[in-house]
Amino acid sequence: MEMIKLTIDNKIVEVEKGTTILKAARKIGIDIPTLCYFELCDMKIENKPGGCRICVVEINGRKNLAPSCITEATEGMVVNTHNIRVLNARRTVVKLMISDHPFDCLVCAKSGNCELQTIATKFGIRDIPYKGEKSTYRKDTSPSIIRDIDKCIMCRRCEMMCNEVQTVGALSAVNRGFKSVVAPAFEMDLEKSPCTYCGQCVSVCPTGALTEVDHSNDVLRALSDSKKTVIVQTAPAVRAALGEEFGLEPGTSVTGKMVAALRRLGFKYVFDTNFAADLTIMEEGTELLGRLNRHLSGDSSVKLPMLTSCCPGWVNFFEHNFSDLLDIPSTAKSPQQMFGAIAKSYFADKIGVKRNDMVVVSIMPCLAKKYECQREEFKVDGNPDVDFSLSTRELAQFIKQANIDFLDLPDEDFDNPLGESSGAGVIFGNTGGVIEAACRTAYELHTGKTLEKVDFEALRGMDGIRSATIDFDGLPLNIGIAHGLANARILLNEVRAGKSNYHAIEIMACPGGCIGGGGQPFHHGNSELLKKRASVLYQEDTNKTLRKSHQNPHIIKLYEDFLGEPCGHKSHKLLHTKYFDKSDEVSIHE
Amino acid sequence: MAINQARKLGLLGQNILGLKFSFDIELRYGAGAFVCGEETALIHSMEGLRGEPSFKPPFPSVSGYRGKPTNVNNVETFANIPVIINQGAEWFASIGTEKSKGTKVFALAGKINNVGLIEVPMGITLREIIYEIGGGIKDGKKFKAVQTGGPSGGCLTEKHLDTRIDYDNLVEVGSMMGSGGMIVLDEDDCMVSVAKFYLDFIVEESCGKCTPCRIGNKRLYEILEKITQGNGTMEDLERLKNLSAVIKDTSLCGLGQTSPNPVLSTLTNFWDEYLEHVTLKKCRAGQCKALLHYDIDPDICVGCTACKRCCPVNAITGDKKQAHIINQDICIKCGACEEKCAFDAISVKLEKRIHTEHGND
Ligand code: SF4
Ligand code: SF4
Ligand code: SF4
Ligand code: SF4
Ligand code: FES
Repeated sequence: MEMIKLTIDNKIVEVEKGTTILKAARKIGIDIPTLCYFELCDMKIENKPGGCRICVVEINGRKNLAPSCITEATEGMVVNTHNIRVLNARRTVVKLMISDHPFDCLVCAKSGNCELQTIATKFGIRDIPYKGEKSTYRKDTSPSIIRDIDKCIMCRRCEMMCNEVQTVGALSAVNRGFKSVVAPAFEMDLEKSPCTYCGQCVSVCPTGALTEVDHSNDVLRALSDSKKTVIVQTAPAVRAALGEEFGLEPGTSVTGKMVAALRRLGFKYVFDTNFAADLTIMEEGTELLGRLNRHLSGDSSVKLPMLTSCCPGWVNFFEHNFSDLLDIPSTAKSPQQMFGAIAKSYFADKIGVKRNDMVVVSIMPCLAKKYECQREEFKVDGNPDVDFSLSTRELAQFIKQANIDFLDLPDEDFDNPLGESSGAGVIFGNTGGVIEAACRTAYELHTGKTLEKVDFEALRGMDGIRSATIDFDGLPLNIGIAHGLANARILLNEVRAGKSNYHAIEIMACPGGCIGGGGQPFHHGNSELLKKRASVLYQEDTNKTLRKSHQNPHIIKLYEDFLGEPCGHKSHKLLHTKYFDKSDEVSIHE
Repeated sequence: MAINQARKLGLLGQNILGLKFSFDIELRYGAGAFVCGEETALIHSMEGLRGEPSFKPPFPSVSGYRGKPTNVNNVETFANIPVIINQGAEWFASIGTEKSKGTKVFALAGKINNVGLIEVPMGITLREIIYEIGGGIKDGKKFKAVQTGGPSGGCLTEKHLDTRIDYDNLVEVGSMMGSGGMIVLDEDDCMVSVAKFYLDFIVEESCGKCTPCRIGNKRLYEILEKITQGNGTMEDLERLKNLSAVIKDTSLCGLGQTSPNPVLSTLTNFWDEYLEHVTLKKCRAGQCKALLHYDIDPDICVGCTACKRCCPVNAITGDKKQAHIINQDICIKCGACEEKCAFDAISVKLEKRIHTEHGND
């Protein structure tokens, strides 16, 4: 590996050839501000258009200042990162940016977490001498995401996420000059674009230009209505990240405190989406075995591989892009929707509450879930199975507003019966987790033997596409895993071309799975943090005595008392769904 | 047509001239964006992507069109090649200056007697071009400046007339060869307005990728607009200087790095004019409408009412046979009255009118 030496601010630093000035400077603790530059190194996600020009530095012998985020360091280079010329240029550039930005910090959803605000504060900007026209665009509200593009600084991170990481192509730069902005084609509304609501654009937007639709006011209203029984479910990935919002080390599990906080917020019952994840496994696992057995017995009408269907971002993606393959995903609803369906039938009956008097709230790491719970097919007579879906960030905000001292809370347990879960339900939040959970159950149901080693290490990790062959007692089962929709597209194109030899494929829209969901606390490009969140879930799984979904006693009871058998008649009605051909809603993207 | 002929003659296409070598030409039409003159932007637009530049390196010669090494040249450059092949490199090098060889095509335009495309040897002086080839300034007016290099070039003055034109010399005096545009300006041109005109174009044509060019040029334009409206301050002039310097210093591509040139070169060469606009609210060329006003000399006016009747906005009052008065708040400075007055009582005053109690100067 070739090393080179350069001088930055009078310090000599040795770096690998090909390193940028920015990284070389960071190596010796010199902090150069950046805005458009963005990296999630473990996922190989990188945005460096070199557009914002905040990171400029002076290089001896060069006429102009150079952007440190894309300029490679070379042997003997002499760099000045903070002299007067550089500071003046940087300040001027920030002032220009602000001169075309609304002064909305007091009412902006991003305030306190905004990278532009942070830089303005750091530079001590006190006045904007460049006054003039500001660009204004109409606000665009979709079921999940709000675009307030007046606040866009054209860093193009969202564009990179949507096009390169997700290959959705909903967002790109349009118009030119002062009028240029990132928007769906023809500046249409996001709702009319191929957007999947994965929220990855929101999770990287440095400003308040892209934010989630905030439902906490609706929840507050429901909680204050004495006629309503408000119950809440929390997705697995939430407990792995919520603590970050309260200053806890990333990787701290806050399950008990989260339950305690939700009770103090006034939810009548605090349940766990993991319970519904166990239920998903029962249904999806049974469906997989059914398809597999028919396939093995030569039934050619059975399509394999079976695709998981618990990620609504992914569901949107294949309804848009792979409508010719609508018969291969599992018909099982997502855990969020299974929970809602059971809560408003089985549980509502049990506690003697009418469906319309029950409000089901979900806390999700995800923005696509906001859209999912509004889908028509998940409503009974106009009443949705899940009323409101809040993101992890919204919950944190809610807890802070209620002046609950989160760190001081005792650890409390979920309510029953919809609060008990196995370790299999917990790992749903990680990429590979759903399929691992399914394997644990499917293995035992298929072979009738006890699975001794429940950890399928081969299915874990952060590579975008992974595959493994699991030995089902002589039957080799080929499993594929993809996270990030670009990777999903690769596997799906193989399926479409008839070149796929997988039996089952797990797909999650978000890089890392739900732990990296669009509703999680902002990671600001720190991929270590995602790995720590993943380890929380694996740890929680290991700590459980019950590790397999079909062993969850409340699940067993639910089938005995109410559902009958997995994939049976009642299950089909409540726990399964169908998919729609939405290919005409998108332009073809290949 | 030329391409088809060449194909028929076997000069283009598969195995040209019966050799193993294949060579073809295909014309592509762009959407007409100025920034696509920048080579990386041009390549992106050919690839079907947004026409915007990207950071170099990698240079197109290493990784260009679809990642292949790409040679980007102007038609003019390619047009020179056959001549060089036929006449030899030495012959070509004998024309021009030490560093810029050969000839250059300029588009000569503006207040000059002979306009059109001219091909001249490098090293020729501006004076030769303007007075010999161009036949001097139109209507015998006084030469003021020549703007070279297209929208992001600079304005050169009297004192540059004997500069030998080549790539380096032009840059040295604050302009550039650029697109080979050459626009001659005379005493009737206001240099602040000229700078504003070019900035207006740049604001439209910036691709919008980088902050200094996207927003900075817009702000430059707005400041110039403010000055031509008579609202400029000394701070604005300082802002122009700083902003121009930062835009040049931090922009991503050649467009932004040169876009403040019209401002900088006019600030340097025509500082007095800027000062007049800002401090005296005066435009010596009479181009900045907001800064001038029409005035009726009461000693000459016979009260014929001709002006009153022709004023499209009824700004003129006065009884028959009495001196008339123009209400400056209503006047739109169309100049119709001045033309109409048979007694030359109406004249244009270059300073912005200072309001007094009586509504007169
Ligand atoms: S995006 Fe940032 S800077 Fe802009 S209003 Fe919101 S918090 Fe303030
Ligand atoms: S939510 Fe996902 S699909 Fe929609 S615009 Fe954002 S990145 Fe693209
Ligand atoms: S919307 Fe946000 S992420 Fe997208 S370009 Fe604008 S500021 Fe950047
Ligand atoms: S991976 Fe998880 S967080 Fe992301 S869209 Fe899918 S369900 Fe939502
Ligand atoms: S961070 Fe380097 S140009 Fe934006």
